[in-house]
This record gives sequence, C-alpha cells and structure tokens, in this order.
Amino acid sequence: MLRFFGIRLARALLTLVLVVTFAFVVLRLSGDPALLIMSPDAPPEAIAAFRKAWGLDDPIWQQYLRYFAAIFQGDLGLSMRDGRPAIALVAERIPATLALTLPALAIKIGLGIPAGVYAALHRNSFADRAVMLLAVAGFTVPSFVLGLLLVLVFAVQLGWLPSGGQESWRHAVLPVLTLGIGGAAVLARFTRSAMLEVLGQPYMRTALAKGVPWAVAVRRHALPNAAIPTVTIVGFMVGSLLAGAVVVESVFSWLGVGRLLVVAVANRDLAVVQCILLLVATTMVIANLVVDLLYGALDPRLRVAPKGATA
Amino acid sequence: MSDTTLDPAAIASPVVVTPPARKRLRVPPLVILAILWLALMLFTAFAAELISPFSFTAMDLRNRLSPPIGLGGEWLHPLGTDELGRDVLSRLITSIRMSLLIAFGATVISAVLGVSLGFLAAHFRGLVEQAVLALVDFQAAMPFLILALAVLAFFGNSLPLFICLLGLNGWERYARIARGLAVSAGAQGYAAAVRQLGASPWRVYGRHVLPNIASTLIVSMTLAFPEIILLESGLSFLGLGVQPPMTSLGNMVGYGREYLTRAPWVLLAPSAIIVLTTLSVSLLGDWLRDRLDPTLR
Repeated sequence: MLRFFGIRLARALLTLVLVVTFAFVVLRLSGDPALLIMSPDAPPEAIAAFRKAWGLDDPIWQQYLRYFAAIFQGDLGLSMRDGRPAIALVAERIPATLALTLPALAIKIGLGIPAGVYAALHRNSFADRAVMLLAVAGFTVPSFVLGLLLVLVFAVQLGWLPSGGQESWRHAVLPVLTLGIGGAAVLARFTRSAMLEVLGQPYMRTALAKGVPWAVAVRRHALPNAAIPTVTIVGFMVGSLLAGAVVVESVFSWLGVGRLLVVAVANRDLAVVQCILLLVATTMVIANLVVDLLYGALDPRLRVAPKGATA
Repeated sequence: MSDTTLDPAAIASPVVVTPPARKRLRVPPLVILAILWLALMLFTAFAAELISPFSFTAMDLRNRLSPPIGLGGEWLHPLGTDELGRDVLSRLITSIRMSLLIAFGATVISAVLGVSLGFLAAHFRGLVEQAVLALVDFQAAMPFLILALAVLAFFGNSLPLFICLLGLNGWERYARIARGLAVSAGAQGYAAAVRQLGASPWRVYGRHVLPNIASTLIVSMTLAFPEIILLESGLSFLGLGVQPPMTSLGNMVGYGREYLTRAPWVLLAPSAIIVLTTLSVSLLGDWLRDRLDPTLR
C-alpha cells in the first residue's frame, strides 16, 4: 500500500514539475521579457540594466532554478495590468467560481450517475433511449450555445431570471444549470457504459446463478465495480472546479477565475495566465492523486500492483 | 518478397466475418440522417464559393439586421443579415468551410503525432517509453482549454498556429492506443515474422502494424472530431480563436451574442449548424465503434 502511494505521489510531483517547466519554457520562448516589459525603443543601457536587475543575463539553468524557488515561495510575479501580485488577483476570484462550479458538480453527480445506472439496468427500454439521446445531445451542445439558449428563453422571452452579472443567487441559476446539464450528460453516458460492462461480467452471472437476488447482486457486485471508471470522470470534474467554467463565465459575465483568464489571455498578462495555469494544474494533480487512492480503496487488486506494472 | 502471405486483411478477416450478414446491412435511420447531413456539410465546405449568394464580407447597409424568411424577411437574404448587413447564409457557408478545415487539420495532426509517439514508445521501450508516458500523463492531467489559452496568451494568434495548437488536443489518446496495440502486435508473430525477413522498422510499422490497428484509430478520430469542433468554436466564441475578418461558426455565435435580443437569428443559425454537425459525427462515431471495434467501449 505504501509502495502504491509512493509511486502515485512521485508521478503527481513529476507532472507538476512538467507543468512548471512548460510554463517556464513557453514564457522564455514567447520573447525577451526585457523587450516585452520595456518599450522596444528604450535605450540599450536601460534594457541591459533591467536584464541585470532581474537576472535575465544569468545562464538559463540558473534562471530555471530561481523560477522554481520563487514559485515555492508563492511568488508568481506581478500582473502587468495593475501591478498587483498575480496570486492575489486570482485568489479573490476563486469564491465566485466555486459558487458556480460546486452546485453544478452536485447537479452532475445527483443527476448523471442515477440516470446512467437506471439506463443501464433497463437497457433498450424507452427510458434508456431517452437518457442516451439526452446524454448525446448534452454532450454535443456546446456550453455557450446552451447558455445563450437558456438566456434567450428564461431571460429574454420569459423574463424570469437575469441574463448576466452576479448580484444575487438568482444570477447564478442559469450559469449553474448550463454547467450542470452538460456535465450530467457526460457522466450519465460514462456511468451507463461502465454499468453495462460490469453487468455482462461472468461474476454477475455466477452471483445470479447461485441464487443471489438481482437487487443484491447489483448493489454488492455491479455498483462497486462500475464505480471505478465513474470515479475517474468525477475526479476530473472535481479537478476542474476552478477552470471548468471559462466559457460559461464569459457567457454570463461572471467575474470568476475563468473570466480573469480570458481577459488576461486577451491582454497577454502573462503573470496571471501562468498563475492560473499552475493553480489549475495543482488542483488537477491533487484530484487525480485522490482518485488513485480511491481506486485502492475500491479495488483491492490495484493495491498490490505487481512489480513493474505501474502504468 | 511478397506481402500476400502476411496480408493483414487476411489476419483480420475472421473478425469481420463473424457478425451475421443480415445484421451487417442494417444502418439505423438516425445514422443515415447523420451521414446525409455530413455529406451536405462537406459539399458546402468544398463548394463554398460557388453556392454562397454574396461574399461573406459584403455589406448591405440598407438591410442591416433584416430577419430571415418566416420572420418577415425577404428572399434576398434567406437567413437574414447581421449588424453590418452581411448575409448570414453566406457567412454561414464560409464559416462551415473554416470550421471543418480547422477540425480536419487538427484531427489529422493529433492522430499523426499520437500514433508516431505511440509507435516510438512501443519500438524503443525503456527510457523513450517512460518519457512518452510521462508526457501522456501531463497532457491527460490538464484541461486542454487551459493549456490552449496559455499558449495563445504567450504566442499570440495566427491561423496555422491555431490549427497546430488544436492538433495537440487528444494526441495522448492515440498514443496510448497505438502503443498498446503495437506492443501486442509485436507479440503476435506477424510483425516479428516480417522483421525476421529483414523489413525495416518503417516497413513493419507503416505497412503491417498500422493497417491492423487502422479501424481502431479511425473510430477514435471520429470520436475526437466533435471535440475539436467544440473546442474551436469555444475559443473563437471567446474571441481568442479565428480572428476577424475571417469567420468561423464559434466566431459568428460570439459576435452575434450582442444582438441576442434584437436579432437572435445571427446567433441561432451557426449554433444549429454546430450542434447538428457534432451530433451527426458523434452518432456516426458511436455506430462505427459498435460495428468495427467493440473493444473501445
């Protein structure tokens, strides 16, 4: 178990190092920071002084190490737009984003998983076909189209709900619905195919043959086994709590992390973009790590992974 | 040296023959509709210049925001016009071409990249394989939209860069599939046999392994295609993808959004095309997967 945990932790850390390296390489490839910040027609002495002050004339590996050290101290640079620390700008947007993504996650899980299980247990019934059709539709309708359709119906035509802004809980209803419906469709589809796969396994036939009632067989054998692929998707959804609302926040002018990211990209505010990139990567990696540990709890076979079979 | 004795089709054929012939001919009506729709889209993309009534940038300032037929519009602009009096139908046709071009380009790039890396990993094993797997992990661990936004922020935007960027989406799935299948093909005798006959690795992978895993790859490409269309339209919707004066489906929705209350048709027409196209490709992909490759379920 300890070995299992150690390998997963090492992989998670490796992924984070890769993300940081990616950010560093891309940052350096995108142009000379001195020329980017100073105007191109600044006197050469000023540019040289700037390079010296920020250590840009040191060997690249020293800059790389210093970059790492700064990140570990929580220093992610200043926003080029308003000069405040990028990390503070991002942090103050997090609650707004979570106010959308957490209720949406509840809808996804509460709606998607039961619908998928039900559809699989009643395969080829009318309910199954309806769920699958809705699931495919939910998967293929892009979130901005769904969001704008909801605005058109509920805000423009019926006038029940506001179309954008974030003054009250009523402003959150449409964005939460937009996020939740799309995610529930994806989850229903995955849960259904996971359940169908498990229901066709020999151990289900054995359980039924030895006289275990259908409901018990489903509860004791099918559901825990089908939970494994489903947990992966849910883990991905948890990991993208911070970054999963980029488009929807833009549709509803919701000032969250996603909106900040889009504005920062449009303004090429690199410090903020990089800060969000690292934040998202970290949440994602942590979520994946937790999922891996849950695997161990759900499926004892994975705990005693044979030597070498780590992939 | 003749290939006929090791023809991959001969090895694959028992799998194809197993389903009863009468079942094979049945194509569900929904899939037929999907194929017809995709054929229409392909025709539109190829014949864009011939069939669009106006140039997609031509302005008709006396007919700004004129409604489509059925809402009081006239036949001059069957789907209405936008805020600058540009014909929505003509813009739609050009957008379909642009979006399909990007999606095809990106799908091909990601398939080629992923399959090459997967084969490299399967061929060299050891350190190369570990490096590819680490990259796969990295790619799978990050929401692609965020990566794409970061790259766009750092490098700015141009159409070739944008297509290549979208081509990075999903390569890790092809790499996984290609690596897994190539490793198992290596254990299956036929690849070893041609190698023993003196074939170069290029020949072994290109002529023997690739045809054997082609059906799995084609199904994966069909399943990834809608994703790329959605990604492209999402980024263009945010104003960070295809830049004006060029136009794409997401781009049209993004700019039409400001006229949501006064002229919803500007936005609804491209939305409908996006939804119908991704839906059709998904239906076709699901059906192909069930027919050709039950292992992908």
